[in-house]
Amino acid sequence: MELAIGIILGCCALGAGAAMIAGIGPGIGEGNAVASACEAIGRQPECKGSVTTTMLMGCAIAETTGLYALVIAILLIFVAPNMLVNILLNAVK
Amino acid sequence: MQRSLCFKIVDVLLIIGAVLPLVFGMILKILFNPASEGISISGALVYFTIPMPLQNLPITESQVNSALVVITIFFLCLYFTHGLSVKSNLKRQLIAEWIVKQTQSLVKTNMSDYFSGFAPFVAAIMGLSAFSSLLALLGLYAPTSDINIVGGWAILVFVLITYYKMKCGPLHYVKSFGDPVPFLSPLNIISEVATPISMAFRHYGNVLSGAVISVLVATGLRGLSNIIYSLLPKALERVLSNLPILQIGLPAILSIYFDVFSGCLQAFIFAMLTMLYVASGFPEEDYFARKAKKLANLKK
Repeated sequence: MELAIGIILGCCALGAGAAMIAGIGPGIGEGNAVASACEAIGRQPECKGSVTTTMLMGCAIAETTGLYALVIAILLIFVAPNMLVNILLNAVK
Repeated sequence: MQRSLCFKIVDVLLIIGAVLPLVFGMILKILFNPASEGISISGALVYFTIPMPLQNLPITESQVNSALVVITIFFLCLYFTHGLSVKSNLKRQLIAEWIVKQTQSLVKTNMSDYFSGFAPFVAAIMGLSAFSSLLALLGLYAPTSDINIVGGWAILVFVLITYYKMKCGPLHYVKSFGDPVPFLSPLNIISEVATPISMAFRHYGNVLSGAVISVLVATGLRGLSNIIYSLLPKALERVLSNLPILQIGLPAILSIYFDVFSGCLQAFIFAMLTMLYVASGFPEEDYFARKAKKLANLKK
């Protein structure tokens, strides 16, 4: 029984860590977006305001995939272990 | 210009009305959740449950806090617009005018002229979201770090988007799913459903990740200060061990980014996306063509 619960907890933690590999994508994407925004501001400093606003919007949308992964990781850490252990205990009964 | 005593009394009452809900929230938090030694990450506290026929309705911390934020914003608005006049030297009138002007120009640049009445809604959603996130500064549970609250707002926005897409009749709405080719309609339906989900997850994930990281950093700093105390002589350690040296100011630096900057940015982005989705969902040319046709039919 202890072994089964241990496997559940360990696999939940491993899954959460693996899910956060998705953080690479938004990191690269947002880096590209900010680099391009810096270039644009350097070329045309007078439109700094609108470039910054558009960049923040783009960053927020690029972040979405990373946040999906984050939500899954949070569910795996805080919600899944309790649920799975309860299922196991009920099954054993 | 001298203000009458009555005016000042109403002012004070309005400020009290804005501050009192926040104090009430803090008292509620202290009563239901006494301070404990360990730092834990948990969801919203359930204050009490109301029995309902289908399922019990839990009244949680996030629901109560968002209601308190609504009351606070209501009294703040009353305070800012108290004593409005054409020839005024009140500072608060300038602030109120600045807010209205900013939201109107924001709506004008992002949406067409048809949506000029949208500014109050955008300002309301932005203010509610920003104040909810900023509630974390007072040590209260920020309602935006609960998916139920943000999901509710996202569903509201989804209903608005669908309403404006249906402006040309339900047939036009159904036709819009098979837009380039009818073969792609399942993908269009998925992207339609993904809109509220991604809006809710974006806002909630950003605020919640900030809260989780803040708690982790605070726990780590506590461990670090315990290590520092263990290096000291025994007598000194006993005196100092109750004094949190490291975790007293350092987490506040993180809070500037996670609570203030990120919270306000997410509020702005949520309002911005609302405007963009509603404006892009509205088939403007078809709507006006249809309206002109109807008018012509009526004239006959």
